[in-house]
Amino acid sequence: MKILLVAEYREGKLLGTSAELIEFTVRMDAQAVMFLVGNKQNLPQFDGRLYLADAAQAGEFNPAVHKQLLLEVIAREQPQLIAFPHSSYGWDLAPRVALALDATQFSEVVDVQEGHLIVPVCNAKLQRRMKAETEKTVVTLQAGAFTPTQSISATPEVIDLPVTGAGDIDFQGYEAAAAGGVDLSKAKVIVSAGRGIGKAENLEMVANLAKALKGEYAASRPVVDADWTDHSRQVGTTGQTVAPKLYIACGISGAIQHLAGMKKSDFVIAINTDKDAPIGEVADVLAVCDLKQLIPLLTEKINAQQA
Amino acid sequence: MNILVCIKQIPDMESRFKIDAAGTWYDQADLAWRMNEYDEFAVEQAVQLKEQLGDADLTVLSIGPDRTKEMIKKALAMGADRGVQVADDHSHLHDPHTIASLIATFARQHQFDLIFAGMQSQDRGSAQVGVLVAEMLGIPSLTTLVEFSYTDGTISAKRELEGGARALVSCTAPALVTCQLGLNTPRYPTLPNIMKAKKKELLTIPVGDLNPADPQQKTISMAFPEKRGSGLILEGDASELAERLMRILKEKTTVLV
Ligand SMILES: Cc1cc2nc3c(=O)[nH]c(=O)nc-3n(C[C@H](O)[C@H](O)[C@H](O)COP(=O)(O)OP(=O)(O)OC[C@H]3O[C@@H](n4cnc5c(N)ncnc54)[C@H](O)[C@@H]3O)c2cc1C
Repeated sequence: MKILLVAEYREGKLLGTSAELIEFTVRMDAQAVMFLVGNKQNLPQFDGRLYLADAAQAGEFNPAVHKQLLLEVIAREQPQLIAFPHSSYGWDLAPRVALALDATQFSEVVDVQEGHLIVPVCNAKLQRRMKAETEKTVVTLQAGAFTPTQSISATPEVIDLPVTGAGDIDFQGYEAAAAGGVDLSKAKVIVSAGRGIGKAENLEMVANLAKALKGEYAASRPVVDADWTDHSRQVGTTGQTVAPKLYIACGISGAIQHLAGMKKSDFVIAINTDKDAPIGEVADVLAVCDLKQLIPLLTEKINAQQA
Repeated sequence: MNILVCIKQIPDMESRFKIDAAGTWYDQADLAWRMNEYDEFAVEQAVQLKEQLGDADLTVLSIGPDRTKEMIKKALAMGADRGVQVADDHSHLHDPHTIASLIATFARQHQFDLIFAGMQSQDRGSAQVGVLVAEMLGIPSLTTLVEFSYTDGTISAKRELEGGARALVSCTAPALVTCQLGLNTPRYPTLPNIMKAKKKELLTIPVGDLNPADPQQKTISMAFPEKRGSGLILEGDASELAERLMRILKEKTTVLV
């Protein structure tokens, strides 16, 4: 089998996802070629043919043009499978390519089992084993699902792709994530509030537990989106990545985008009323309980002990 | 201005799921159903646009069985003018391409200037349907939006990227946009608006009328993921759990010294 891997490039830099794409081809026991809209000065570690279009000409974000370039490479290489990272770049571009190819798409592939692709359902509470009924298949790979087992050091054989045509979207540049606020990366203890806290007032309870443990409080995305706290406290793919000695997740279901930001914590305690909550996958301890009852009791005991 | 919002009904994610008899999807019985979270942001953004423009007509469309109407009524109470249920008891079995083909057929019949969709659904999570619809219609699509504005036929928006950075993008209508969490603050329908919504038009179209595309993929089986974590599950009353967590903090961590 031959797989075309679609590497990513942003703000003048190659993104690290190409190593995971390569690991996927290892797991699929397949041959790989790679595609990148990027820059010659910044090539992925890859032993094979790399089709490279210059980002200065094609635009870093220009899906219609990237699609056309990809279709040219696909016509030349005839891969059976085209693999993207499941990222803001990949989930935007992949369906465009899939439709043009009459290919089916499997999104957020998490595993390969007996040659079949596995995708998550319902916040990863369930999963499906899939079969394509089209000649070609497009996949996007969940970040972190195909962690490379060994580092690769190789220089690709670069094939330049001329850029023609314009897109239908005008891209004006980037806006950095809001700076300032707390630096969660220094905290030894993080107590994190999820939507399960129910209302803004209950954030104080979580902050008090954090204080008792001499740590910081943090939050999942809905708590930030609702403006109950500011973005600098958000943990996850679109927030901070943390690795404290202790992470206490209060009323957080454990969506993959949240887990990505905290799964390297040394010890994880989850407090959740749902015994099946996916946070259980990374928690050392899951206390099945209403956080509104448990947190004040626990805080009191810790304060008594520390006194 | 003619606006379409595509919405989906999904089960409460805190449900205890069971696998259905065919072994390829979750059992639909005994679940609480709600509007896909991402779609709430889509409806809200469309209603805000209608308020901004004054002169706009807002249709919400959903594909699904009879219970879907309940959710469509919520969108009507939020401010949509008309609901369309594409009646389909097997909508959960369709792949994203088939679902997109139905929406595209409907959209072609009505010439929408702007189509809103959630960036993904909470159950399937393919993040494909919106983009596929746009590609089928040959119009531009902007995905994963956390900011949206519309002036004189131009959509200016911010797409969310990893780490919370954003890309500034724009395109001209007709176009499709997909909405990310936090794009706005979805309103709660008020009682008077719930009453008003009861009088709004709610059409039902049989799925067969919209030329569903043939399936492109098959689910071989559905399963619960193998538990990878070796985590301890503690159950009991709150004071007992607090006691046990204290012991664990002392024994397994160094944070109490
Ligand atoms: C591209 C993208 C990027 C994202 N980036 C991030 C990110 O950076 N960070 C992030 O967090 N999310 C992110 N998300 C959102 C993510 O997918 C989830 O929607 C989000 O993490 C859910 O937050 P939650 O767990 O707090 O809420 P929910 O999923 O609603 O979970 C609430 C939990 O609280 C529990 N609960 C309810 N009541 C109680 C109670 N009284 N006591 C105890 N437990 C209770 C429930 O059982 C449930 O498990 C992103 C999503 C996308 C698509």
